[in-house]
Amino acid sequence: MAADSVERQILIEASPEVVWRVITEPEQISCWFSDEADVEGRAGADGALTWKPGGRGSEKVSDVVVAIHVVEAEPFRRFCFRWNHPEGARADAANSALVEFSLAEEADGTRLTVVESGIGAVTHDEQGMVRYAEEHEQGWDRHLGEMLDYVAATPRSANR
Amino acid sequence: MTATAVAEDDALWSAVADPTRRRVLDALLERGEASSTALADGLPVTRQAVAKHLAVLDRVGLVAGRRQGREVRYAIRPERLDDAAEAMTRVAAQWDRRLARIKRLAESVQAKDAIDD
Repeated sequence: MAADSVERQILIEASPEVVWRVITEPEQISCWFSDEADVEGRAGADGALTWKPGGRGSEKVSDVVVAIHVVEAEPFRRFCFRWNHPEGARADAANSALVEFSLAEEADGTRLTVVESGIGAVTHDEQGMVRYAEEHEQGWDRHLGEMLDYVAATPRSANR
Repeated sequence: MTATAVAEDDALWSAVADPTRRRVLDALLERGEASSTALADGLPVTRQAVAKHLAVLDRVGLVAGRRQGREVRYAIRPERLDDAAEAMTRVAAQWDRRLARIKRLAESVQAKDAIDD
């Protein structure tokens, strides 16, 4: 894995075909990711994800629009995109983060793995942190990942 | 942010991205302060490997060593750890939430498809 990356996974009691639809269809993306999604689930597609005030980025005062570029779309197996590059710019490793979804069929359903890398590329500065869409989502510290202990153990973040 | 600060940030990211180093950090958080020998006892790696990881963590300022007799005892420097851990934790937590939503959506679509059939 790349240096600045996180990997998470979940077992879903649904077929890879159904999971594929949820992660690639715009009307579904707007149910789990951004508030609005304008993107096609095919390699090479450029689009935009929009977070609205009062939506998943509830503390935002105006729309936050984030560019997305689909890198790879292999039906029912892999869906990869770059996001958070400056609008109009070509997405690359220096200006965007890479999200890779992998779907694996299991007896009980589908194991969905997501790896996001290049986080450092988009969160270096204040502007990047704001663009990094769900930063202010309420309750982000309620279901923390594997590194929760580090944060909990440091006084500065105790009351966040 | 200056180029130096960005480079420092990159080094910090690399330091916490390594799974073994995260376990070393975990162990240090648990113990408070420990030597590489003591840390290696609780980890599936050699003392030499632990010492190497501690050196990397020391270089980016995540841990600090203090010589006591014949050994060096290491402790976490929380203020530095916080910056890196916070960003990683936030991203991981975001994906956990998104995956949970994807699961809910997919399972409800699957259930609906079953009824429709």
